[in-house]
Amino acid sequence: MALLRRYALPVVLIVVALLFPLWNSFLEETVDVNLMYPVIVITVYIMLALGLNIVVGFAGLLDLGFVAFYALGAYVVAWLASGHFRQVSVAFGTTATSITGEEVPGIHLSFWLVLVLAGAFTALCGVIIGAPTLRLRGDYLAIVTLGFGEIIPRFFQNGDDLGGFNLTNGTIGIKAIDSPGFPFLPDSLSAWQRFGTLELYPWFYTILVMVLVTIYVNVRLQDSRLGRAWISVREDETAAAAMGINPVTTKLWAYALGATFGGFAGAFYGAFIKNVFPTSFSFNVSIFILLMVVLGGMGNIYGVILGAIVLQGTNFFLLPQIKTWVNSIGEAVGNQALATVDIPKYSFFIFGIMLVLMMLFRPEGIIPNRQRAEELHDETGSGDAMGGAIRA
Amino acid sequence: MPENAGPNGAGKARNNIMEARGITKVFGGLVAVNRVDFDIPERGIVSLIGPNGAGKTTFFNMVSGLYEPSAGSFVFAGRDVTRLGAHQRAQLGIGRTFQNIRLFGTMSARDNVLSGMHTRLKGGIVGSILRTPGTRREEREARERAGDLLDYVGIQGREVFAKNLSYGDQRRLEIARALASEPKLLLLDEPTAGMNPQETARLTDLIRRLREERGISILLIEHEMRVVMSISDRVTVLDHGEKISEGSPREVREDPKVIEAYLGTAKTG
Ligand SMILES: Nc1ncnc2c1ncn2[C@@H]1O[C@H](COP(=O)(O)OP(=O)(O)OP(=O)(O)O)[C@@H](O)[C@H]1O
Ligand SMILES: [Mg+2]
Repeated sequence: MALLRRYALPVVLIVVALLFPLWNSFLEETVDVNLMYPVIVITVYIMLALGLNIVVGFAGLLDLGFVAFYALGAYVVAWLASGHFRQVSVAFGTTATSITGEEVPGIHLSFWLVLVLAGAFTALCGVIIGAPTLRLRGDYLAIVTLGFGEIIPRFFQNGDDLGGFNLTNGTIGIKAIDSPGFPFLPDSLSAWQRFGTLELYPWFYTILVMVLVTIYVNVRLQDSRLGRAWISVREDETAAAAMGINPVTTKLWAYALGATFGGFAGAFYGAFIKNVFPTSFSFNVSIFILLMVVLGGMGNIYGVILGAIVLQGTNFFLLPQIKTWVNSIGEAVGNQALATVDIPKYSFFIFGIMLVLMMLFRPEGIIPNRQRAEELHDETGSGDAMGGAIRA
Repeated sequence: MPENAGPNGAGKARNNIMEARGITKVFGGLVAVNRVDFDIPERGIVSLIGPNGAGKTTFFNMVSGLYEPSAGSFVFAGRDVTRLGAHQRAQLGIGRTFQNIRLFGTMSARDNVLSGMHTRLKGGIVGSILRTPGTRREEREARERAGDLLDYVGIQGREVFAKNLSYGDQRRLEIARALASEPKLLLLDEPTAGMNPQETARLTDLIRRLREERGISILLIEHEMRVVMSISDRVTVLDHGEKISEGSPREVREDPKVIEAYLGTAKTG
């Protein structure tokens, strides 16, 4: 019985998710809506939010620059699976082929290999970026991470002439990124040989598996020796050190693991949209992901997933819908401003209000983490980084 | 554990588990601890007393590595640990409690103890993610041991958040958490503060048993003179950061300098 209760909800949710392409095509036939694209993007953001949740929710380190890892992951895939470095011609397990039969210029590695490399690279970057912030607490930590979140896109923007070397192709970004795929599969599985732009379900299953792995890792780590160390350091770093827990390595693990998932998400997203350019990775994205974590419930895995779905769902569906309503009301009453107002343009204004309301009425999030709720409602509590910074 | 000394081997030459030399701590212009030499014999119970603000907690913080001394050196179990940080000293076997309780408030009593066990567990990230048989066994055994430790110090509510425990339980939980790190030297900073006489008596007994049953050396800061006088092998008195007296409980009690220091601050023991 207990076993049933514990596994029933996750199993139902996984089955619903696995069958999504089925009910999506049903929706497409009946009411002519195709949710495939938005759902893939939402799933990418679930992954990002789960990555940030390790840093913010588990270890209590307020990170305002998480977009940096998303960007790094995307650029790794752009470098290693496109024609950008046309001076060389390297291919390994790629889906890229040339029509003329000549060698394709650029580095073209298999997406699956690039995914692993992107994760490793961003983990390393997580440690490098995390290291200087280790002695900082609360607001100071937030400011420094914010700085890194700004530096990385700037670097990509200006990295088209590093002593004559074009690393990032500047504001134009890197285009025509290779698709993932399994080129060795038989032709009957052509949608899986090379992920296309018409059949999106292989993309969906790929990101779904990635997210499930992320969730699994999150669940396991939360309830482990390292998970306890994260809570200890979050609650009282001094006491944790006196118990033999090394605060430095404990925090660095959080940065590294969080960054890895950010990098995975970025690599997938880069391949999915096929073009990466610096403006996709602005500060807004960091705040957006943080908002998902906070809104859903810091430290609670279900909460964070829900937060990502709610916020991206609002972005994709609710705001355009509200725009339609408001515009038609405007037309009906003959108000020019209402008739033409572009609601989605004000999304961050709306998200800002949501965050303020959330902090006022339910700071622990929609589905709170039991411990976090206690911390936030405890006036005499130790005032960890997040509690302090969010209330500030 | 070298058995060259019985638990009450006073008089016999014993090895020191900790030797502090010339320990000094300056905060801005204030000399909180001034050139203190201090030895803790193996399996000894030694107490540090003195009026409020004498520098006892500051000295403790330097022993456990939370503060770096302005001058002086620490040798622990034959090894110079002066430059080591708090977590490294804990790994070597220096455990402690805090005067102003510093439990992990929103962790259960059991998880607090498990956190204390951190350095004695091996479970790595990969093992935890894959939940390998080795990690699972280790976690199960750790949980059992945590339960035993809670029993040992006398806490019933294992799954209760630490901050919801009674005051006395919180003090005992701090001791259990420190014991979980398997210390050779345990520093207790006013462990009976806020306890009623029965609780104090039980805790005094517990401290004695820590030495007898587990062979732990103990450094105690305590305001309750009855506790100090009944369990200490040796007592050291600090006043204004200086060591003003040292000896057996009786010697210290009769030392005019000590009486003066306590009378000077109008503090009764
Ligand atoms: N972190 C610090 N910064 C500045 N001054 C400090 C600091 N810690 C302690 N002090 C000062 O050092 C002196 C010794 O303080 P300490 O806490 O060691 O005294 P104590 O003997 O433990 O007193 P009590 O019996 O009240 O616990 C006091 O004057 C205190 O104000
Ligand atoms: Mg003190």
